[in-house]
Amino acid sequence: MSTVELMLWGVLPYVVLVLFVGGALWRYRYDQFGWTTRSSQLQESRLLRIGSPLFHFGLLVVIVGHAVGLVVPREWTRAAGVSDAAYHAVALGLGAVAGLCTLAGVALLVWRRRTTGPVFSATTANDKVMYLVLVLAIVAGLATTLVSTAAEFTGAHEPDYRTTVSVWWRSIWVLSPDVPAMAASGAAFKVHALVGMALFALFPFTRLVHAFSAPWFYLFRPYVVYRSRDGRTGPAVRATRRGWS
Amino acid sequence: MAIGRVMAQVAMVMNLDKCIGCHTCSVTCKQAWTNRSGVEYAWFNNVETRPGQGYPRRYEDQERWKGGWVRTRSGRLKLRAGGRLKKLATLFANPVMPSVHDYYEPWTYDYGHLITAPLGDDIPVARPRSLLTGEPMQVSWSANWDDDLAGGPELASQDPVVQRVGDKVRFEFEQTFMFYLPRICEHCLNPSCVASCPSGAMYKRVEDGIVLVDQDKCRGWRMCVTGCPYKKVYFNHKTGKAEKCTLCYPRIEVGMPTICSETCVGRLRYLGVVLYDVERVGPAAAVEDEKDLYGSQLGVFLDPDDPEVQEAARRDGIPEAWLESARRSPVYALIARHRIALPLHPEYRTLPMVWYIPPLSPVVDAVGAAGHDGEDVHNLFGAIDALRIPVEYLAELFTAGDPGPVEHSLRTLAAVRSYMRRINLGQERDESIAREAGTTGARVEELYRLLALAKYDDRYVIPTAYGVDDADRGVIEEIGCSLDFESGPGMGGMGPAHGRAPAPPFGEASGRPDPASVETFHALRTRQSSDAPADRADLKGRVNLLNWDGNGRPEGLFPPRGEER
Repeated sequence: MSTVELMLWGVLPYVVLVLFVGGALWRYRYDQFGWTTRSSQLQESRLLRIGSPLFHFGLLVVIVGHAVGLVVPREWTRAAGVSDAAYHAVALGLGAVAGLCTLAGVALLVWRRRTTGPVFSATTANDKVMYLVLVLAIVAGLATTLVSTAAEFTGAHEPDYRTTVSVWWRSIWVLSPDVPAMAASGAAFKVHALVGMALFALFPFTRLVHAFSAPWFYLFRPYVVYRSRDGRTGPAVRATRRGWS
Repeated sequence: MAIGRVMAQVAMVMNLDKCIGCHTCSVTCKQAWTNRSGVEYAWFNNVETRPGQGYPRRYEDQERWKGGWVRTRSGRLKLRAGGRLKKLATLFANPVMPSVHDYYEPWTYDYGHLITAPLGDDIPVARPRSLLTGEPMQVSWSANWDDDLAGGPELASQDPVVQRVGDKVRFEFEQTFMFYLPRICEHCLNPSCVASCPSGAMYKRVEDGIVLVDQDKCRGWRMCVTGCPYKKVYFNHKTGKAEKCTLCYPRIEVGMPTICSETCVGRLRYLGVVLYDVERVGPAAAVEDEKDLYGSQLGVFLDPDDPEVQEAARRDGIPEAWLESARRSPVYALIARHRIALPLHPEYRTLPMVWYIPPLSPVVDAVGAAGHDGEDVHNLFGAIDALRIPVEYLAELFTAGDPGPVEHSLRTLAAVRSYMRRINLGQERDESIAREAGTTGARVEELYRLLALAKYDDRYVIPTAYGVDDADRGVIEEIGCSLDFESGPGMGGMGPAHGRAPAPPFGEASGRPDPASVETFHALRTRQSSDAPADRADLKGRVNLLNWDGNGRPEGLFPPRGEER
């Protein structure tokens, strides 16, 4: 376990965690007015209507995939009777499709942002940095999929991320980072993890914060919102109907 | 009928006969609220020539823009653009959001070129440049491109209302029919924009019914823009937040009329309180036949002179001053007592609260042009019946196509003309004129005072906000402190002047902005009371000839003197 490995896989995750959580809390208190999607649909709609859903829905699948891959230990899926081969086939197949959708979506969105005059004018330096890291993270993620798939077919030795990256990831949360586990993983995974950490560190300070504001509550609130002048929420003056009724 | 929960609404009526289409309301509104980058294209108040496409273009075509509510077969109301689940499913790209080109691409002129152009044979011109990209552009549309029927039948025939009335308008309206329609947010009783907001950032105020966007809670999902059938919610492309007409609530709260009303040259706007039963709103908006919506909305309003209503209003916490104000409300009188004001597009089922007195002038003009006496009640009544096109057009605007209420309104206006002319000429009062319009002489004279004399205090009967004592009124007007609380009225977001102050960390709109009105207020106070030069830090570098106080020589205001060059 070298010093560099210790810093990268033992210290950095906690720095990122502090930045991510602390930054988000701080910004939520400081910058409600800047907390928005800053949508550019007003300026350009045609490409956005293809690129944005492609990117966002792809990303949702990717997030679910990451959650399953990182949270569920290999022993559990084995115990559930899922063979490693079947698991990898599904994970890689689904991951590749979702990742490619996400990449295609973000590529279209970046291209649109660059070529549509009004949208490019509305792009800040902050956006540009964020897009760079975001695209790098997606590309690196797809690279890991590619490497794993290639290893699957050629039989080349490639450390299984479920015994390296996932173990390390879970160990972070019990405050006992398994640095050797991560150090044993492949280069593609290491790059992806680093870029991913960069993205999480940036997250609270970019427009990405709109993800925290996914409006689930819309399903449960009455359609028409009343509020009192002094800021108190008004009494329920009209009957509430739930989203599914 | 039992009275449910009573609420008060500050509502507006506009008398279209008096609108000369001068756009003063639009300009003063813009100066007060939307003279900022990000909302260059937004007009909280605009004036449309009808027939015409309106602003944004063809906004009344709800087949395309999906605004407002529709009634389901089971008799319930549903947002036309889709319910909650569909809203969330289309969160990433709103399928029916108007683009900035449906409004217009905002522009400025390259004025600098006029004084920096090199000496040459040609007089330099200031070319238009897009405010979105800064690039030179061709101006091809604006908020009132078809003003005064400019563009002729080619543009006006694209008016969705004309298309509903049918072919006959297309070829005749130029001779018979044109009027102006000033529009602000309707501050609806059943606001579909509020219902569309996934974040719950839009709300209707309990005390005065004003519909507002909480700038701190808006996350820029853009569903409100689609939800509003009047297209009166605008997306600020700089801040990424929705903005809309606020009914100038900082003024309303201290008993002053809105800017658009205050500066209206024709004095055609009325502001007043209307009491309504909030529990009747849902059923009234869901009546089966669209033509019944005008009547059903009238049924939501409560008569402030009815002791039972007063009792219920006190029970529900409406202050005495507001009850008194409601009794004197010119808006309630025009809407409910005289029934000459009508709602704009009740078929959207939002129960709008800015109502219109339809214009009699096209009818009077037609009668006069034909060489008849345009103030004779029988000529006018005959013309109202004969000139089907204006009545049908107005009915499509104001009563979902039912000509009855429009005819009643126009006949009443005609009766006021004829009845009052006799008095002006020193003749006997002729009660039969009033009777023919289904009213009485006394009521006609009351209408005359309200519509023709239209004194300031009769037009604007606005109670101060709850908890603001009348004794404070003068003080509040002077220091304007109702704006001056943390995060303020929330319509801010000026950002720094170009290249002067350092940009805030998350783009120019982030951080805690000064609300625009507070900022302007402080700038004004500084200018009026300061001995120091005007390019002070608190003006954030925005010095020009308009806010320069004459003290000193702020940097950059004047070109350098000879010896400094």
